[in-house]
Amino acid sequence: MEAKELIARRVAREIAPGSLVNLGIGLPSMVANYLPAELGVFFQAENGVVGLGARPPEGMEDPNLTDAGGGFVSAVPGAASIDSAMSFGLIRGGHLDLTVLGGLQVDAAGHLANWMVPGRMVPGMGGAMDLVSGAKKVIVAMLHTQKGRPKIVPECTLPLTSTRRIDLVVTEMAVIEPTEAGLVLRETAPGIGVDDVRAATAAALIVDGAVPQMELGQPAPV
Amino acid sequence: MKRAIPLHEAVELIPDGAICHVGGFMGVGSPHRLLSALAQAGRHDLTIVANDTAMPGRGIGKLISAGCVRRVIVSHIGLNPETQQKMIAGEIDVELVPQGTLVERIRAAGVGLGGVLTATGVGTRVADGKPTVEVDGRTFLLERPIHADFALLGAHRCDYVGNLDYTLTAHNFNPIMALAATTVIAEPEEIVPVGVIPPDAVKTPGALVDHVIGRMD
Repeated sequence: MEAKELIARRVAREIAPGSLVNLGIGLPSMVANYLPAELGVFFQAENGVVGLGARPPEGMEDPNLTDAGGGFVSAVPGAASIDSAMSFGLIRGGHLDLTVLGGLQVDAAGHLANWMVPGRMVPGMGGAMDLVSGAKKVIVAMLHTQKGRPKIVPECTLPLTSTRRIDLVVTEMAVIEPTEAGLVLRETAPGIGVDDVRAATAAALIVDGAVPQMELGQPAPV
Repeated sequence: MKRAIPLHEAVELIPDGAICHVGGFMGVGSPHRLLSALAQAGRHDLTIVANDTAMPGRGIGKLISAGCVRRVIVSHIGLNPETQQKMIAGEIDVELVPQGTLVERIRAAGVGLGGVLTATGVGTRVADGKPTVEVDGRTFLLERPIHADFALLGAHRCDYVGNLDYTLTAHNFNPIMALAATTVIAEPEEIVPVGVIPPDAVKTPGALVDHVIGRMD
């Protein structure tokens, strides 16, 4: 299985029925592909829609209905369109159950850096700082390494997105939970051992007994 | 009642050096005819307050390409490499503001508040140089209001009272910016008779709107 698909499938299993979820652009947006419709999840996009649906067939796009990456989307029955103050009221006010975001670095304290590489790449934070500060739960979905360099590090060297400790990191190698004691290795991907994960991770990992293998099927029916 | 003005009159209202709130999110909901005309008119030294600078060839991106802009206050420039190049070359000052903070700073200016207290950005680069305030044991940043000379809005419909409505994800910053500028200029997709937009559907009351750009030039 391709790495990003594996990550998206694993993150999809974290989504509770009936929750309000914001998916970041890129890899996180793939999570929606692996979520059964009967789960009743509503997706919020920070540009102003609650109830984001799939991309419409070609020729049926509405130029005034896009996701936060500017791609054409649809709105599901029951959707609401809102302005940016309401959108970020939902995000910052603790009304969003979950956000899934990409990451450049996550450190041993569970801090996320994902909005700039000084001198090289300055896209801006967009809504990421508000999302990490305000969502009830934050999952970082990212590749474990970049060009062979670990992205999970003792302390972020890139500018932080927030000082809030994120709740879970899902990569193509492992599921890692930042806790007060440090990063706990919860699961490993099929074919990956604990030592493989350690070798690709610059931060210390806490391993408590046998580490189970990642479950990747569809979430259990509700 | 308001009389619609031709596009070129709207352009003449906006001088070089003006501070402009511009509605839109990656170009969705921006006043596209007005932005194109401003770029063609060769305005310069504008300060643009907006969610983003769209992409080259679209919306605010046209102002960036044409060299109209001296400063931007935005949350994101990732999809416009020209903004990044001009920032690195020192041609454009870029102030990056978290999106939720940006909209609330604009709203604060528009609704008579002296600022906003938000937890977003505490302990990050965004907090540099800003006062913090403790409320009930939580730390917040004090973020200041952003008022503009002009608000340039993209709307769906407008009536001759100046009432505006918006569609889908084209609301974004428009209804908030309508409150926060000395002069508010709306570019609707349609102008309709008074009464066609039901009171419950009006998102920007006409009292806030100074000028409406007409359908034809």
